[in-house]
Amino acid sequence: MQFFLDNIDLFRDAFLNTLGLTLFAGVLALVLGTVLAGMRVSPIAPLRGLATVYVEIFRNTPLTVVFFFVIFGLPQIDTVVPFFTGAVIAVGTYTAAFVAEAIRSGINSVAPGQAEAARALGLTFSQTLTTVVLPQAFRTVVPPLGSVLIAMAKNTSIAAGFSISEVSSLLARLSNADPNDLLFILLGVVLAYMIITVPAAIALNRIEHRVAILR
Amino acid sequence: MTSAPTGEPLVRLTGVNKWFGDLHVLQDVDLTIDRGEVVVVIGPSGSGKSTLCRTINRLESIERGEITIDGTPLPAEGKELAALRSDVGMVFQSFNLFAHKTILENVMLGPVKVRGKSKAEAEKRARELLDRVGVGHQADKVPAQLSGGQQQRVAIARALAMDPKVMLFDEPTSALDPEMINEVLEVMVGLAKDGMTMVVVTHEMGFARRAANRVVFMDGGRIVESSDPETFFTSPTSDRAKDFLSKILNH
Ligand SMILES: Nc1ncnc2c1ncn2[C@@H]1O[C@H](COP(=O)(O)OP(=O)(O)O)[C@@H](O)[C@H]1O
Ligand SMILES: [Mg+2]
Repeated sequence: MQFFLDNIDLFRDAFLNTLGLTLFAGVLALVLGTVLAGMRVSPIAPLRGLATVYVEIFRNTPLTVVFFFVIFGLPQIDTVVPFFTGAVIAVGTYTAAFVAEAIRSGINSVAPGQAEAARALGLTFSQTLTTVVLPQAFRTVVPPLGSVLIAMAKNTSIAAGFSISEVSSLLARLSNADPNDLLFILLGVVLAYMIITVPAAIALNRIEHRVAILR
Repeated sequence: MTSAPTGEPLVRLTGVNKWFGDLHVLQDVDLTIDRGEVVVVIGPSGSGKSTLCRTINRLESIERGEITIDGTPLPAEGKELAALRSDVGMVFQSFNLFAHKTILENVMLGPVKVRGKSKAEAEKRARELLDRVGVGHQADKVPAQLSGGQQQRVAIARALAMDPKVMLFDEPTSALDPEMINEVLEVMVGLAKDGMTMVVVTHEMGFARRAANRVVFMDGGRIVESSDPETFFTSPTSDRAKDFLSKILNH
């Protein structure tokens, strides 16, 4: 325990790193995933194809491989990004594929008459999508999207294999230093992740209730 | 964009053909609708009435033939098509009000997003229209809180808010409980009296007799008969129309 307290700064930095990575990657995944879902239902065939290829590639590639590509692959083509940015890109682009699939199933659950009425009023495809279809799709999408985002928060641990400043990598470093405190360190790491995922799960539950009532 | 009041019909379908796969749903359909004319489309289920209605604002594309609105051929896609659709009001059998928006927002959406009207202006007009169809006091509710008849009247107000040149109704009262049919038909008769150009798919003969200038009878994807309501209901010429009328009159 004393060891844990002595290294509280390291824990704090690692925790903040994980939290930051989760937030930035989450925003990237949500924005990119929504755009991809929109492309997948677009009337323009090349856009549909592009989004399908993206989703299939990222869904079927291990996150570790995506990390490898971003961290070691990008410098090969003279694109060097700071590690944190790289981690955000890797986790965000990977998770976007899952977000896209969740939102697409939400879009498919909206009655076709809704989009038809919007088109009949003269709304363009993108107006129909953003003002009529997506707001309704998001309601049914909250639970699956929540699972995707919580899985993402845990997936940030893969960043540990590539860097030293994330909660999980801290585990390796600290336990090397003092094996006797391993249990406390492990508990601390689990706690740190739960501080991120449990409030997220509770918040999602609340949102789910709110939209269920509104429906 | 000015619509010169020439002899040109408002809606003109020429040699329209449509297939769903192997199914030839519209076969050489010719139809012209003049300004201020009310045309009732009648016919057995599956005869292509809905499809005909939906081709007029291109919710369904056609394989052959031409459709013009106010002299302009229907654009295939994109902004031009959206602009044209904004001039063609559509009322669906299942209302299709936007479930996540209030009644007022439903009616304001088109004018704000498509016509670029200010919120205040759109709201003023929306409230007037909701009063006109008799649901002004429901403006802040969501569609699910209204009866079917009220929802359909809101749908009519939503279409009217775009100041359409022509309005399409696809069986607007078929999904309603019997006691709500009249409240919707009254609104439609009022529109017809005010000179709105209308295409109405319906089996409500009372409406056809009171408001229609013409009845078009469809069967098997073709327009089989086209005449004034009285002639059609009292002395139809085709066997198919006679057969159809005997069925709906008996029940
Ligand atoms: N989207 C569609 N795909 C395939 N077939 C369709 C579709 N819509 C309608 N049909 C078929 O086309 C025919 C005409 O349908 P419709 O225009 O809805 O007839 P009506 O409105 O007169 O009952 C029917 O046989 C129907 O099953
Ligand atoms: Mg029909």
